[in-house]
Amino acid sequence: MAKHKTHFEDCDVLVVGGGMAGTGAAFEARHWGRDLKIVCVEKANIDRSGAVAQGLYAINCYMGMQWGENQPEDHVRYARNDLMGMVREDLGYDMARHVDSTVHMFDEWGLPMMKNEKTGRYLREGKWQIMIHGESYKPIVAEAAKKSADKIYNRIMITHLLMDEEKENRVGGAVGFNMRTGDFHVFRAKTVIVAAGGASHIFKPRAVGEGMGRTWYAPWSNGSAYALPIAAGAKMTQMENRIVLCRFKDGYGPVGAYFLHLKTYTQNANGENYEKKWYEQTKELVGEYIDHHPTPTCLRNHAFIQETMAGGGPIHMVTTEAFQDPHLETVGWENFLGMTVGQAVVWASQNIDPKYTNPELTTSEPYVMGSHATCSGAWVSGPEDLSPPEYFWGYNRMLTIEGLFGAGDTVGGSAHKFSSGSFTEGRLAAKAAVKYIEDQKANDIKVSDKQCEDFKTAVYKPLENYTVGRNEITGGTVSPSYISPIQGLQRLQRIMDEYVGGIATNYMTNANMLKKGLELLKWLEEDLENVGAEDYHQLMRAWELKHRALTSQCVTEHTMFREETRWPGYYYRGDHMKLDDDNWHCLTVSRRDPKTGKFTLEKVPVYHIVDENEKKKEAS
Amino acid sequence: MSTFVYMTRCDGCGHCVDICPSDIMHIDETIRRAKNIEPNFCWECYSCVKACPNHAIDVRGYADFAPMGHSVRVRREEEKGTISWKIKFRNGTTKDFVSPITTKPWGKFIPKLAEGDKPNQGEINSQRLYTEPEGLNIDGELPSVPKETFKKGVYY
Ligand SMILES: Cc1cc2nc3c(=O)[nH]c(=O)nc-3n(C[C@H](O)[C@H](O)[C@H](O)COP(=O)(O)OP(=O)(O)OC[C@H]3O[C@@H](n4cnc5c(N)ncnc54)[C@H](O)[C@@H]3O)c2cc1C
Ligand code: SF4
Ligand code: SF4
Repeated sequence: MAKHKTHFEDCDVLVVGGGMAGTGAAFEARHWGRDLKIVCVEKANIDRSGAVAQGLYAINCYMGMQWGENQPEDHVRYARNDLMGMVREDLGYDMARHVDSTVHMFDEWGLPMMKNEKTGRYLREGKWQIMIHGESYKPIVAEAAKKSADKIYNRIMITHLLMDEEKENRVGGAVGFNMRTGDFHVFRAKTVIVAAGGASHIFKPRAVGEGMGRTWYAPWSNGSAYALPIAAGAKMTQMENRIVLCRFKDGYGPVGAYFLHLKTYTQNANGENYEKKWYEQTKELVGEYIDHHPTPTCLRNHAFIQETMAGGGPIHMVTTEAFQDPHLETVGWENFLGMTVGQAVVWASQNIDPKYTNPELTTSEPYVMGSHATCSGAWVSGPEDLSPPEYFWGYNRMLTIEGLFGAGDTVGGSAHKFSSGSFTEGRLAAKAAVKYIEDQKANDIKVSDKQCEDFKTAVYKPLENYTVGRNEITGGTVSPSYISPIQGLQRLQRIMDEYVGGIATNYMTNANMLKKGLELLKWLEEDLENVGAEDYHQLMRAWELKHRALTSQCVTEHTMFREETRWPGYYYRGDHMKLDDDNWHCLTVSRRDPKTGKFTLEKVPVYHIVDENEKKKEAS
Repeated sequence: MSTFVYMTRCDGCGHCVDICPSDIMHIDETIRRAKNIEPNFCWECYSCVKACPNHAIDVRGYADFAPMGHSVRVRREEEKGTISWKIKFRNGTTKDFVSPITTKPWGKFIPKLAEGDKPNQGEINSQRLYTEPEGLNIDGELPSVPKETFKKGVYY
């Protein structure tokens, strides 16, 4: 194997991931750190990387404080309600009070915002969403990052965080490799902001062939945002809070604009409104949560899943009425072209024109993320003026490792951020990182060459596994000594699917299944020392798999720890089918000991910093 | 679906290789043209299709659920600030859509913060972000919540 060149780079703020949160962090850092070295490292090409690669058709999080539409506390109540009470209200409120300034900048930069002709305000899709022509959303925010950062690296995948050897529990930078040149890159940094997106492809997807590429969340969201801090020993929270999406079948096209703007609705195969049928049964599981307004997303999923299992499927979206209006028809199609082109391709291939046919819906396999409608991710400090004392340890969005910050999908506990909220959280993390440096907290960091060399050996081991193992066999893909990344991924996906609440069991699991899952995940972790990579592209796939496997262990440990069914419709604990507010109205926090690999879990209190609205029942 | 490249139109320029978020458009060494090396990791994001100067890339729906004979084609014109789509159904009917991609000249209105005015003294210790509070278009400071009202545990 050719010797791999090593590049060393020292910087002040290292942003891992150039997605929505990463571009926000790189952009804002320059305002506060005029002469700091700001470097952003991106696995793909920042112009089109991440979940917003193909654009978006709505900004899902905008308060509209300037027009008195919503206040931050309204958003906290909404997110709290949607997640059955389990959010970090301090983080949510903090994001919500800043997000409007982000959106106003996007407007200023040229992102086409749809306007309400009568009022001239941003055109609302629903209470929280404003509609945009967002095909070029990502190149625009990438441009903003480029104007602030000293350097943007494309095609470098970060595989490990470096730890400071001078002071305990302090970050020292990160390492990775360039999948085009094969070179090894060491970034020694005073602060690291992890913004590496969510995790798709850990549960078995419905599609089996080429269609594997059509996951709802991007197939390149591989859980690095979780694996990097977990491996370094940082605390994580709500990792059990995976999300299942009700979307258009096969293409996973978005339904938000359909429900909220086109006012379409769902029916079972006999044209009935099935949600009402499951009201009583749901009330037995979750009590008065079923009466909250709006109905929590998981409970709407629950009705969909129960109706399908009871034989009422296929469930479809009634579009034939709304699509008679030419404007709404255009919105219906452009909604996909600007954000999920794949849905338009599916409908074109199956002659589905929503003006004449009511298209089918499905529930997806589970995904893990922190910025969309659920909030798995790292346990971070909140802002000083909003956080309960227990949840403030010096710097906003700093993880439990000194100098390590997170934003976007990386951060747990603050759901419903979406694109604008993730960019905003990147800004918050960046400002805190600069303050951390100015407060002289990042001095005398020592990263030995040995630490870098050890990581380098680990990073390129899959190439060696392949070269050595390959000579043992005549040909083909079956080897006794290595497994390929796709073979390992399919093994991981079946474990999660069958034991940790995937589509195989209609999202059902229990303690026994989870225990078996953990055992199989442990063996997989060991076998991944023998993953083989033919080339640098496969080396990237190998590290995506390792990060997904570590993320999956954390998700399974959390799912085992929370002994209740908090979010029916996302997953069920058959051994604890009821929601249990007496014992489990709390957040879950885990930590993996880097030396032993053992997870420890604890309950932490939920602080409600925002009161109820008028009546108690009105806890929407 | 996944992307494929027309032999006659591709000249191996590499724009698609440079942009693909999944790192799966690569140049085939023997024919010096691009190809999709891992269709089951293609998200159908169209970034390559939009980037190709020769319109040499097209998309065929995922074989495991998309019947043949359809197409969704796109032309992204950065200078004009528009993107145009043409959908062709299996039964031959077509639909066309055009939408704006930017309302201003490309990148011109995005500030270089290094040249902007510095934050005021001590602002680093405030909760403000760049442009705030003016950028929020609200009168007064950033909203906050008094800590005395915090409640631990279940709802009120
Ligand atoms: C299908 C879909 C529809 C959505 N719809 C909307 C909507 O309508 N409105 C809305 O506001 N939001 C929407 N969102 C949510 C929005 O896209 C996310 O909230 C946002 O992108 C999260 O930002 P992020 O930076 O955390 O992750 P991402 O934007 O995904 O960025 C993560 C970045 O990290 C990079 N990366 C990953 N691993 C590594 C590594 N190891 N080393 C280096 N770099 C790495 C990735 O390449 C990527 O660039 C949608 C998302 C999806 C998937
Ligand atoms: S961008 Fe187009 S012409 Fe250039 S290599 Fe790719 S497919 Fe070929
Ligand atoms: S459509 Fe997107 S994921 Fe597929 S090859 Fe093109 S750029 Fe890559």
